[in-house]
Amino acid sequence: MSVYIDKSSRVIVQGITGRDGSFHARQMREYGTAVVAGVTPGKGGQKFDGEVPIFDTVADAVAQTKANVSVIYVPPPFAADAMMEAADAGVALIVCITEGVPVLDMTRVYPYVKEHGARLIGPNCPGLITPGESKVGIIPGRICMAGPVGVVSRSGTLTYEVVDQLTRAGIGQSTCVGIGGDPINGTSFIDVLEAFENDPKTQAVAMMGEIGGTDEQEAARFVHDRMKKPVVGFIAGQTAPSGRRMGHAGAIISGSAGTAAEKLEAFEKAGIGIARRPKDFVELLRARL
Amino acid sequence: MNIHEYQAKEILRREGVPIPPGEVATTPAQVEQIARRLGGMVVVKAQVHAGGRGKAGGVKLAKTPAEAAEIGARILGMHIKGLPVEKVLVTAAADIETEAYVGIIIDRASKRAVFMVSPAGGIDIEEVAATAPEKIMRLPVDPRYGLQPFEAMRMGFFLYREITKARAAARIMQQLYRAFIDSGASLAEINPLVTTPDGEVLAVDAKMVIDDNELDRRPDIAALRDESAEETGELQARRANLTFIKLDGNVGCIVNGAGLAMATMDLVKYYGGEPANFLDIGGSSSPEKVVNALRIITADAGVKAILFNIFGGITRTDDVANGIVTATRHNPLTVPLVIRLTGTNEDAALAILSKHGFPATRDMDEAVQRVVALAKEGAA
Repeated sequence: MSVYIDKSSRVIVQGITGRDGSFHARQMREYGTAVVAGVTPGKGGQKFDGEVPIFDTVADAVAQTKANVSVIYVPPPFAADAMMEAADAGVALIVCITEGVPVLDMTRVYPYVKEHGARLIGPNCPGLITPGESKVGIIPGRICMAGPVGVVSRSGTLTYEVVDQLTRAGIGQSTCVGIGGDPINGTSFIDVLEAFENDPKTQAVAMMGEIGGTDEQEAARFVHDRMKKPVVGFIAGQTAPSGRRMGHAGAIISGSAGTAAEKLEAFEKAGIGIARRPKDFVELLRARL
Repeated sequence: MNIHEYQAKEILRREGVPIPPGEVATTPAQVEQIARRLGGMVVVKAQVHAGGRGKAGGVKLAKTPAEAAEIGARILGMHIKGLPVEKVLVTAAADIETEAYVGIIIDRASKRAVFMVSPAGGIDIEEVAATAPEKIMRLPVDPRYGLQPFEAMRMGFFLYREITKARAAARIMQQLYRAFIDSGASLAEINPLVTTPDGEVLAVDAKMVIDDNELDRRPDIAALRDESAEETGELQARRANLTFIKLDGNVGCIVNGAGLAMATMDLVKYYGGEPANFLDIGGSSSPEKVVNALRIITADAGVKAILFNIFGGITRTDDVANGIVTATRHNPLTVPLVIRLTGTNEDAALAILSKHGFPATRDMDEAVQRVVALAKEGAA
């Protein structure tokens, strides 16, 4: 068992012939992910690296390969359409790596994907990895190690930083999920926390949030009310000024809402262990395993 | 991207929103001419990307064209929150009976565009939310159908009892919603929406923020950007495809990834330092990006030491190392540099750096502690 992906995941890469798509398709295959198809309109019938069949549409790819996961690397203006196409084709898990998707596009994509019964992770996320089984996205495989800690995060490189420190300290991960840094994304902290709570392989959770919005506060309530497994949390952006977008479209403090202090207080109240520095995760998790 | 009030008003006027006439001026003489053309009382309003213009003295009423010119001269020389006022909007003063608030924002919780309307306008909506939340009506719009007439009317009646005014407000809400969608906005507000003794409903102030991710497909909106209203370093960074935000400290930070960049700033603070900036060089960083990043950071005289914190995932750390070597070859640094770098191609990166005499570490905490100490020495 693991969360969202495992050895049996059959993955389509949308945008497999692009610069990022081709690079990461190779990385995923090297890691052992079953990349069963690629999609690039107009290149149907060709093969990627001589082995992976390319289709014109996601529907064709699903019909021919029985894929159940799709990962999207197409440029921002086409990302909304790509997510909807994957949902329409019946893909169960859609992971959108693309950064820079207009938020108004996401107001249409979100209900569409829901209605089609699919789970969307992202956009603007590093994807996910179940160490030793499957990786979908761009998280570097070599920094991960199989083990008992579920990792969920709104950022990319900060996740790598923490995962790397855990691995070096001998603490492995069940699944690492990057949910993305945009204001509207498909999967929330709560979705992933619930999945970790129900996953027998996960014994504790590391959660990395950041300033902006109320996702972390809602996650804290969920941890308090519904979780038995221990959770350790971190909030990036304690020194961020109000009203400025800190890189991620979602990382902005508006007025007094969405500050790091507000989120850390919610964590404290919910009994979540608080990592003041990324390296604190190691000791806090060790004490809880 | 922020746009000015006069630009937001032009967008709304095109949709049909009733707005008192006005024009933009850059000199006191122009202010006087416009005031004379408009006749009667005018309001002179600073056009800057900063909140609290009124409180800072950037919005003033003038009875005569001569007084308008005098006020214009004063406002055009002002700085509001550090930003120079280079333009003013001169607009006919409306005879105000009541003030309401109408706004649309993207709501993360409902994942929709949400209307917020309140009969308590003219003040900060966050203040109303805190003190009298019952005076705010929220209405999420289903993106598949858009704003329906009955929804707009419901909000109209929340603001006004009279059917004519409620109807006029409902029409303005439809127009505001269209402007919001067609401009790719993440915020659009009319504050205040006023009624006059003649029973007119008018938009007296307007604000719009555009989603940066919309600009590539909306060149007409992207053309509204006013570069003179941006901080120099931030402008240079944007041109070089970097994300940079200037802060007040003395530790310059160059990091890959927004989350790690924020966490690095926090760690600087944790160890007793003050970050001078947020700077994200992004995912696939070329040596050129590093060169640009160093140029922007070193232009800030307040920076006493510089930290690189790079976790190579997609980013190749040898690219970063080459960038550091190239950037410093022509312009040797005058402040100390601390390099933390780990991940993809780190052995190659460390070899490049040590060959050119740059020490580097793999440990983030060690690097941050060292750069904080060096910045303190430099400031002493």
